[in-house]
Amino acid sequence: MSTEPGLYHILIISSLVFFLGIYGFLTRRNMITMLMSAELMLNSANINFVAFNKYLHPENADGIFFSIFIITIAAAEAAVAIAIIIHLYRQIKSIDVNDANNLK
Amino acid sequence: MSSSSIVFYILCLMIGSTAFLAVTSTKIFRAAIYLLFSLIGIAGLYFYMDQEFIAAVQIIVYVGGIIVLLIFSIFLTQDSGSDMQKPQLWRSIVSGGAVIFGFLFTWLCINEFALDSIKPAGNLGTTRELGQKLLSTEAGGYILPFEMIGLLLLAAMIGCIVIAVKIKNDSQMNKEATL
Repeated sequence: MSTEPGLYHILIISSLVFFLGIYGFLTRRNMITMLMSAELMLNSANINFVAFNKYLHPENADGIFFSIFIITIAAAEAAVAIAIIIHLYRQIKSIDVNDANNLK
Repeated sequence: MSSSSIVFYILCLMIGSTAFLAVTSTKIFRAAIYLLFSLIGIAGLYFYMDQEFIAAVQIIVYVGGIIVLLIFSIFLTQDSGSDMQKPQLWRSIVSGGAVIFGFLFTWLCINEFALDSIKPAGNLGTTRELGQKLLSTEAGGYILPFEMIGLLLLAAMIGCIVIAVKIKNDSQMNKEATL
């Protein structure tokens, strides 16, 4: 293993970010922090797309476009999720996932 | 060790430590700020890979948009100074074990391939070429997904307004009707 950083090191750091996101998603009970963990996971997928594109297939920039679309969809998803969270907070005065147990 | 690898390892340290703090911090506002630094570090990683456009998009959309939205929603819904309740011990242990297992498994899978020898073969196009390809109608162009994303953003915007708008309750409405 060389110390010169390349695709290998980028994949390691992106999988570290992904599993930290999973850890947060499993342990947190607060909806906003769970959303933050989901953003971390989406970001690690973006790193992988860009790294594979740069190191393996530099002739066409498909990974870049996938990353752009993932970032856009993540932004739309965060906006909708926060709208739902704020509406839920008005109904039950809490954003804990364990309190949101009646589907109305 | 060259200066670019020193920059890379500093970026990795920043991303890893702030992402860890973002998922373990007990103060929700601090978790949001740690996430901000983690996202900035990921933008730095894109700069390291010579992808200026995607790094700029990362900073504009995540740092300028999503983090601000998260901080606003924290202020609207939470008492941001107080501690959140800690996760139950068995839950942290089980998920920590699962996550460590998953990370080591992924590491082994990555080690299966001789990725060390791969060097970047060339540069992906400039921002001008990326923009032209994004709006190209020829083969390999991305005009259709681009338009679909525009439609999705419009639908998400209207959906947010419909969900988050404050609906007056019946007694208030009746009062206004009688006035």
